[in-house]
Amino acid sequence: MTAAPIHIAGERLMLDPQGVLVWPAAGLLVVSDLHLEKGTAFARRGMLLPPFDTQATLDRLHGLLRRWRPKIVVALGDSFHDREGAERLPANERERLDDMTEGCRFIWVLGNHDPTAPAGVGGEAVAEFEAGPFKFRHEAVPNAAPGEIVGHHHPKALVPTRGSSVSRPCFVSDARRVMMPAFGAYTGGLDVRDPAIARLFPRGGRVFLLGKDRLFSFAMGPGR
Amino acid sequence: MTGVTGPPPSCLSYVMSGTLQEPFAAWFAAQGWAPRPHQLAMLDAARAGESVLLIAPTGGGKTLAGFLPSLVALHAAPSERLHTLYVSPLKALATDIARNLTRPVEDMRLPIRIETRTGDTPANRRARQKLVPPQILLTTPESLAVLLSSPDAPEFFGGLACVVMDEVHALAGTKRGDQLALGVSRLRRLAPGLRCVGLSATVAHPDAIAAFVGADRTIAVADGAPPTISMMLPDGELSWAGHMGLEAAPQIMARIADSGMTIVFVNTRAQAELMFQALWKINDSTLPIALHHGSLEIEQRRKVEAAMSAGRLRAVVATSSLDLGIDWGGVDQVIQVGAPKGVSRLLQRVGRSNHRMDEASRAILVPANRFEVLECEAAIMGVAARELDGDPPRPGGLDVLAQHILGLACSAPILPDEVYAEITTAAPYADLPRKDFDDVLAYVEHGGYALTAYEQWRKLFRDSEGRLHVRSARIAAQYRMNIGTIVEAPLLKVRLLSGKSRIGPVLGELEEYFAGLLSPGDTFMFAGRLLKFVRIHEMAVECQEGGTGDPKVPAYEGGRMPLTTNLADGVRGLLQNAGRYDVLPERVAEWLQMQRNVSRMPGRNDLLVETFPRDDRWYMVAYCFEGRNAHQTLGMLITKRMERFGMAPLGFVATDYVLGIWSARQPHDIARLFEEDLLGDDLESWLADSSMLKRTFRNVAVIAGLIQRNHPGGEKTRKAVTVNSDLIYNVLRQHQPDHILLRATRADAASGLIDAGRIAGMLARVKGRIVHMVLSRVSPLAVPVLLEIGRESVRSDDNEDALLAEAEAIIAEATDRDTPAWAQQEMPLYAGVSPT
Repeated sequence: MTAAPIHIAGERLMLDPQGVLVWPAAGLLVVSDLHLEKGTAFARRGMLLPPFDTQATLDRLHGLLRRWRPKIVVALGDSFHDREGAERLPANERERLDDMTEGCRFIWVLGNHDPTAPAGVGGEAVAEFEAGPFKFRHEAVPNAAPGEIVGHHHPKALVPTRGSSVSRPCFVSDARRVMMPAFGAYTGGLDVRDPAIARLFPRGGRVFLLGKDRLFSFAMGPGR
Repeated sequence: MTGVTGPPPSCLSYVMSGTLQEPFAAWFAAQGWAPRPHQLAMLDAARAGESVLLIAPTGGGKTLAGFLPSLVALHAAPSERLHTLYVSPLKALATDIARNLTRPVEDMRLPIRIETRTGDTPANRRARQKLVPPQILLTTPESLAVLLSSPDAPEFFGGLACVVMDEVHALAGTKRGDQLALGVSRLRRLAPGLRCVGLSATVAHPDAIAAFVGADRTIAVADGAPPTISMMLPDGELSWAGHMGLEAAPQIMARIADSGMTIVFVNTRAQAELMFQALWKINDSTLPIALHHGSLEIEQRRKVEAAMSAGRLRAVVATSSLDLGIDWGGVDQVIQVGAPKGVSRLLQRVGRSNHRMDEASRAILVPANRFEVLECEAAIMGVAARELDGDPPRPGGLDVLAQHILGLACSAPILPDEVYAEITTAAPYADLPRKDFDDVLAYVEHGGYALTAYEQWRKLFRDSEGRLHVRSARIAAQYRMNIGTIVEAPLLKVRLLSGKSRIGPVLGELEEYFAGLLSPGDTFMFAGRLLKFVRIHEMAVECQEGGTGDPKVPAYEGGRMPLTTNLADGVRGLLQNAGRYDVLPERVAEWLQMQRNVSRMPGRNDLLVETFPRDDRWYMVAYCFEGRNAHQTLGMLITKRMERFGMAPLGFVATDYVLGIWSARQPHDIARLFEEDLLGDDLESWLADSSMLKRTFRNVAVIAGLIQRNHPGGEKTRKAVTVNSDLIYNVLRQHQPDHILLRATRADAASGLIDAGRIAGMLARVKGRIVHMVLSRVSPLAVPVLLEIGRESVRSDDNEDALLAEAEAIIAEATDRDTPAWAQQEMPLYAGVSPT
């Protein structure tokens, strides 16, 4: 498992191929768009998806927290699929989440899916989080100062390969900003060429596709 | 099975007793027709209340035979209720039949209304049909399912006397067939005494089709004059490989010019595009030649069909989109370019010419390479011997059953025991274990998950008498919007822009992944045009006329059908029988003789495996003849095993005939490589990650209603309510691998894309009969597969990462960048946040 370093605002950040970002100097780990309890949110609307998504997502997060042992965890918004998501957490998953929020400083940045603090879970809920040169917010602000770490769009990239093509969730970054891939088990993606993402990277940048053991990096042309 | 070759006694008495009553006898006479024996036999069966399967070749007056008893009955006893339901696989066919049937009904002033009901029927007409039903309703399996899910279905179908299933050979064994069979099982319950009539082309398994229809007897009409089929080779060198057959374009053009109306059948949509271009390049006298395939806009296809019917065309280049159904009339010859793939399929295509029973159809086969010469020859022999192919229908899909059960509950509360008894009267589900039924039912009720998470959101609830009710009207509404078993890959419309305008005609649809490969300015070939890609915008590929440079041709998933077992057998037989090489073209006979001299021929019941070195690599070629799908799977499995044996396999290529694998070390112990246990754990572990299984799961999940394609509220909310099926698959496989939908997925894949059944059959057959030839260089028979290397894209599934790495490296090389340092080495550890 090889993480990739990038440099933003004079700091070295590590991109983990499992889709989290780590700022080693601060002992801080960022994860975005967990969309916990998306399965039950769909069930309410008549689509009975397998109800194991929260378990699968927390399994992976748990593994990463053990691997990186951060002092601070920032969940970058849309941590729950809807406002009532936290209330629907099964008891055992709530316990696991409690263990995580108690083991370190846990910041819930609010997102559009979860605009209010999650009920009955530990950690601090904030609209934005600031640390060193970085602003951690759910949705990017156009023309933001350098050092913005964002989620929201679920970027994925499609790469032509020999005789076919491969599409994967990815990090997107330029010299000013990093956009995080979505982490949740049921989170899909938006192609980075979509104007919603591309216009945030007007001079282009690089995409880092998530792989089994490492990231795959490609240049991304300027957005319009 | 009752064979009717001449008029049987019962029919004779029919004619002699004059029971083809007025006004029917007079109407037949006015057309200059005599009622055919099978038409009278169908009347006979109707009078006896029997269900019937009618097997007749095209042009046999099959449709009229199917409807005649209903016309006669409704003349004798007029009714205001729905009397006869006709179900066809094609909407267009329903419309066409309605037109043809209206004529005799109007001529004879019969008190019969004939109407169609398909997905295209406007809402006001649908509502009126409920209030004032026609006596004869023409529909599709999907629209029947919609009608059955309605609370007034018992009233609507209560007086139904007859259901006619057309082209039933094309439905049986498919998911649409499963849906139809289940629908008919419900109709039988709603309308006791219902007669079922199946209309079918000649098939390999008439008994299975009869069971599907629920027929008390089968009436088979002898085939007409045998077709005249010949082979045409391109001038000059005969290709060693390739499947497009474009070299033969000049000769095909000459045949078109010599004939009235020609259908040029090809095997894939990509081939259709290329052949169409190749013909127009040399179409000096600008003969009207059109293009017809399944991705073109429906309007465009209808225009081509209308021009055909009106005799305004000289040729149409077509794929299987023209295989079925409507009598286009006036087709003088059929040219099949490329391998015919199966005897039944060839017969169906050949039957498109001369739609009259008494005259022989004419067809010309144009093989695209040497192996296809053998296949064409075997197919011609197969047609002469009437060796039809096709496997007996597989058991019904559990996903279709799930859809059906919810539909029943939408109509009225259901009792599980009654439903089980009812659905097992449908042939595809006759042997369904109760356990599977209960699991499907549990899935429909609450998802059927090991974790009982959805008690409060269950779709069905049980009352105190054990009856199951739909929880809400909303669930029924969602259900009706998602009926059907045809699941398309995600498609984008292709929109042609003119000038600066952003609006333009839609040319057809492309698969999303192909569109993803295009960059602005790229040229691609579609709908017979060279187009320049502009951008993807709002679910459409926008493009302009006048692309230049080397065009990309869209490839379509599932565009190729594999060689049938039957025809593969024929090819093996040809290879073995050296005495008959003289029937083959000289160049092919020489090629085979050379093979005999330096190696040997694949036998009928053994497996020839050749190994030879070439350019620092070792090649292993296995002559399995099991079709491309099976060979792909086999290639995956054998390379895994070679890896374990330390042979360092580097890649493989699969054609319809052979599997070729290359490796760094010399393969040995070949018999061990092909041992039967190959299909055990190796298959399981490979399957789990395979994109084929994910694709199959997507279909199953959509049909079973786990993923809904349409939602009340329409396209705008679509993004908010879809979840990528691959993600669901991964989670479900990890947490409940024996879930009913995963079981359904594995069952589908085994008979479909994975084709494990054929591999199992082969491995058992060749056990102890593997003939390993160690050669010093490539054998003549192995040349074609070696030439395929690089042409055939092999998608090895767990290798996506390798493909990405390769793409990354190529780009790095081209742009003169070094591979990023972080990709080459493990990163140093950091205090506090180190990977442990």
